[in-house]
Amino acid sequence: MQQLIDFSYIAAVVGFILALKWLSSPVSAMRGVLIGEIASGVAVLATLFDPQVTHYKWIIITLIIGAAIGIPLGLVKMTAVPQRTALSHAFGALSAALIGIGEYYVGTPHLTKFEMLEIGLEVIIGSLTFTGSLIAAGKLQEILPQRPITYKGQNVVSLSTLGAAVVLMLMLMVHPEYTHLFQAMILVALLFGVMLVTPIGGADMPTVISLLNSYAGFSAALLGFVLNSKVLVVAGALDGASGFILSVIMCKAMNRSFTNVLFGAFGQVQVSAGKATEERTVRSATPEEAAAILAAANKVVIVPGYGMAVAQAQHKVRELFDGVTKRGIDVKFGIHPVAGRMPGHMNVLLAEADIPYDKLLDMDEINGEFPQTDVALVIGANDVTNPAARTDSSSPIFGMPILDVDKARTVMVIKRSMGAGFAGIENPLYYMDKTLMLFGDAKNFVGAIVRELAGGHE
Amino acid sequence: MPADFISSLFVFILAGFLGFELIKRVSPLLHTPLMSLTNALDAIVVVAAIIIAGRHETKLSTLLGLIAVAASFSNMVGGFLITDRMLHMFRAGKAKKP
Repeated sequence: MQQLIDFSYIAAVVGFILALKWLSSPVSAMRGVLIGEIASGVAVLATLFDPQVTHYKWIIITLIIGAAIGIPLGLVKMTAVPQRTALSHAFGALSAALIGIGEYYVGTPHLTKFEMLEIGLEVIIGSLTFTGSLIAAGKLQEILPQRPITYKGQNVVSLSTLGAAVVLMLMLMVHPEYTHLFQAMILVALLFGVMLVTPIGGADMPTVISLLNSYAGFSAALLGFVLNSKVLVVAGALDGASGFILSVIMCKAMNRSFTNVLFGAFGQVQVSAGKATEERTVRSATPEEAAAILAAANKVVIVPGYGMAVAQAQHKVRELFDGVTKRGIDVKFGIHPVAGRMPGHMNVLLAEADIPYDKLLDMDEINGEFPQTDVALVIGANDVTNPAARTDSSSPIFGMPILDVDKARTVMVIKRSMGAGFAGIENPLYYMDKTLMLFGDAKNFVGAIVRELAGGHE
Repeated sequence: MPADFISSLFVFILAGFLGFELIKRVSPLLHTPLMSLTNALDAIVVVAAIIIAGRHETKLSTLLGLIAVAASFSNMVGGFLITDRMLHMFRAGKAKKP
């Protein structure tokens, strides 16, 4: 029987690898999910037949509870996907930490130094990921303030907290029987998780969510080390690698180092404020004028940002896409890697609105096309279009790769007001002669353009 | 160092590199489904939770195991469900739905 179970785990691992392989393209991705589901299902079923499992009643009940929690979380609206993802990181880390804690209490006081090290690391990472992810989910759900919360000497306090957890773990390696040390270690790690995420603001969420993804994966892999379970090691390593790669991509897209995201809250950076005080004029336009300009274009690139998600404007944007496409105008979307609150956020919202995915281009693909573009329409994006990132070395976002919307012949920006973006950085794009500001709520304004386009036609 | 650790490390390193190569190829288009899918796969932790809960060694370890069963199984179910829903939304331009 044990052998059969082991074989089912090997089959599961093969399934996991194929699932990720097939996710490389939207065409085969559905197949990837299916094989992942089968692989997981087989492994869970086989485990239920494990001779070590003697009590079934409560396992079945908790599996049903788990499904009852999981199904509604799988059915959330697409705009709620970032917070759902953060919450699932929390659940994953919680279960890894709890199993590690259980192993400690079963094993103590007979744990070797090495076993204690493995369990200690696993429980620390699992615990800090649990609270960190809860804070991230709270920020994304806007229960907690999205602004970075910072205070003087924060890094010292945070790092000392992490250090304290490590010291407690080292003490446990010598005295694994001191259960109160273990409890203290868990509390300190939970506290560090809170301290890790509270100073990080909304615009940095794509990086943080990826980083927490990575931690959740590595805590599962470490649990695999503790239990000597290779299937956990593989699944955790794959998840950890995935989160890690995404974090690196997000950091590159913001031209920031890992440590910078973790230890330097963006909102604090207030340089080049001097320029902002200058009186500069902007040109604004009405929906009629905007519709007329769009109708006269041959090639349009739409640049969506978090503002589109907040205004829930994706369906109106689809109507605009349809209306403009109907006139034979080429419309594409240019998507910055950190647009929105998690990696790929914009793509999912636009796909939900039924926009074909071959029209959704990432930054590297679209940037070469802006010089031939008649109209670049920016909807709720700000910093990712800021040309100061290319030209102004005193700007806090200097060096960050941006979407070169300023190279299009005309730029139209839908924006609520002239307020600076999340990072509080002035955007010179708005003062260019070729730029027209369209002031209003993204959803209403796009809706008004759609009506103008429909009315003006026929 | 125990032999179990060495063999686990072996598997970890190989799987990590394989993951790296595989995930590098995932289009940025699918980064959100990627995250929800890896989350669902990671929920395989549930098998360890089932065993620690089912072994019934101490009251505490059973209780912790049972909570872990619920938490990780909710991730498995929810993660696959939402990934499936998201991928259903991605359609190519040519195959237009009526």
